Amino acid sequence: MEIVAILRIAMRALARNKMRSALTMLGIIIGVAAVIAMVSVGQGAQAQAQQQIAAMGSNMLFVGSGTISRGGMHMGWGATKTLIYEDEQAIVRECPAVKAAAPGATASAQVVFGNDNWNTRVNGTEPQYFDIRTWAFQEGASFSQADGESVANVAVIGETVRKNLFGATDPLGQTMRINNLPFKVVGVLVTKGTSAAGGDDQDDNIFVPITTLQKKITGQPWLRWIIVSAVSRQGSYIAQQQIASLLRDRHRIRPGSDDDFFVRNLADMADLADQQSRLFTVLLASIASISLIVGGIGIMNIMLVSVTERTREIGIRMAIGATEGDVQQQFLIEAIVLSLIGGGIGIAIGIGVSYLITQTLGWPVLVSTTAIAAAALFSGAVGIFFGFYPARKAARLDPIEALRYE
Amino acid sequence: MATISQPDTHPAQAPATNAIIRVADAHKYYELGETRVHALRGVNVEIHRGEFVAIMGASGSGKSTFMNIVGCLDTLSSGEYFLEEIDVQRFSKKDLASIRNKKIGFVFQGFNLLSRTTALENVELPTLYAHITHAEGQRRAHEALELVGLGERKLHYPSQLSGGQQQRVAIARALVNRPAILLADEPTGNLDSRTSVEIMDVFQNLNLGGLTVVLVTHEPDISQFATRTIEFRDGRIRHDTPVKNRPLASEVLKNLPTLED
Ligand SMILES: Nc1ncnc2c1ncn2[C@@H]1O[C@H](COP(=O)(O)OP(=O)(O)OP(=O)(O)O)[C@@H](O)[C@H]1O
Ligand SMILES: [Mg+2]
Repeated sequence: MEIVAILRIAMRALARNKMRSALTMLGIIIGVAAVIAMVSVGQGAQAQAQQQIAAMGSNMLFVGSGTISRGGMHMGWGATKTLIYEDEQAIVRECPAVKAAAPGATASAQVVFGNDNWNTRVNGTEPQYFDIRTWAFQEGASFSQADGESVANVAVIGETVRKNLFGATDPLGQTMRINNLPFKVVGVLVTKGTSAAGGDDQDDNIFVPITTLQKKITGQPWLRWIIVSAVSRQGSYIAQQQIASLLRDRHRIRPGSDDDFFVRNLADMADLADQQSRLFTVLLASIASISLIVGGIGIMNIMLVSVTERTREIGIRMAIGATEGDVQQQFLIEAIVLSLIGGGIGIAIGIGVSYLITQTLGWPVLVSTTAIAAAALFSGAVGIFFGFYPARKAARLDPIEALRYE
Repeated sequence: MATISQPDTHPAQAPATNAIIRVADAHKYYELGETRVHALRGVNVEIHRGEFVAIMGASGSGKSTFMNIVGCLDTLSSGEYFLEEIDVQRFSKKDLASIRNKKIGFVFQGFNLLSRTTALENVELPTLYAHITHAEGQRRAHEALELVGLGERKLHYPSQLSGGQQQRVAIARALVNRPAILLADEPTGNLDSRTSVEIMDVFQNLNLGGLTVVLVTHEPDISQFATRTIEFRDGRIRHDTPVKNRPLASEVLKNLPTLED
């Protein structure tokens, strides 16, 4: 039988019950649209994470005090008090793969300006911190090395702090109070958005000289972190090893004992974020494909009903010379046409929804062509898989009984 | 697709008769759980090219069973069936479908047309399975409809046609692939007497054109239009008699009142 004739018969059979065909397709439409939208969202999230990591600074390493789950013991970041200012100095001095480093400690504090107050994080560091993180100023500049030496009450604020504390007022040169101490605002950072790693707002930070933080706010000599930039991307892996062995030396950690610090490479973090978002994508896609399977079951159900309803037609076709193969082919193609049309509509809706979601979240729009191709293929496969049994059932009918069927 | 070719290694080779249908010692059982229905109990018959056979008999005597066997819709439990001297018993389902398509035309009591499909498309249906071009199929469908006198109603749907007209469409469909035999199981069972005679006129004309026709009927009047009547009883043939003085349906129609009167 010619394929054109088969397709014509299939289209006509589907057109006969327009509402039923449309409802049957709905399952496939939703399934395909969901797969495409979910994959697009997942890939958008992935691209977004990569952008954020790139925004953290190039060739960057992060040294923190404490350990991250090693040897059964789990101690969080900053749980040990081991990292000191001299460690940072030694890293710059003794690790050839390190270009620059900045020390850091953090405290949370209540900040007041006029009638407004804001709870935020106050970080102590040195001016090169902003270079390492390639973080620019929208207004003013960083405090100086001299400010650090003189333990000056000067501060650099992030955009979130500016917005919440100063509103319309120009913060530059204004004096705010951190834990009741007056600080002069010398710089306002450009916005950097949410961090890829922790997901917290990087603009909700205040930076002061490390000496000022240690002596006037926390009263403690410990560092919570050291931020390091390596000489090159490749160099960041070498720097990671150099820093680790240097710090083990300096902290007199015997071979076999756990580190009391951790060194994280941004390249690793990028990989990790990549891995996580890929997992996320797969998860979303598999949830969505369940609805595709449900849609397939809908097709099977309707095809079974259709075979029963058209028993007499099948009998007539067999009596005038249709083989089992002809009958099977006819019903199979009907199921495939049903699922492919559903798939086509689903693709269109899926692309639309992808644009809508990514645009709303401000992510890069990535409508995956692979996902579209896969969805098209998959919907065809659903048609074949779930159409096969009803088609087989139709083909196996006995022509005499089928002709007698009322 | 299988063509009807003579199996070359059959022990009981075809005898010298020139029968288009030859059934010998045919038995058909239906197993219904514990009980066995013996529908055909040793049927022997030969039908020759150009004959017009009417099959009569009480309900349940095995007429439809016989027709289904002859029409290759069903197979014998035991016995032999030769169609054009070819042993059909040995064919696969696929080959039987091909025989039904090319060698046999079926007409049913209930017309069995596809609703929501025009007369022309109904008639065209067998050509779709016949491996001929669409154009050729169309041409034959038009021709067959003209032949049964429905040239004016080609695009009508079955619901827009009278019973007699629907049966003509069914006859056209049965003829479209130019079969060797036309089988009709109670084709006039759902029709009034005048329309029945009209249908018999169609059959008689086809038969005069050389087509072999086998039909089942309950009505003795109808059976008289054939050239030979066979009577079934309890799965066997009881009488097999030629028809003497057979009337021409076209003549009978002239003496029947038309609907318009
Ligand atoms: N599929 C079947 N299963 C079981 N028994 C059957 C089947 N088909 C027919 N029979 C039985 O076989 C016998 C012959 O049936 P058949 O249909 O050939 O009769 P018939 O002569 O055509 O009768 P009618 O004039 O009523 O159409 C009957 O007893 C019937 O009950
Ligand atoms: Mg019968």
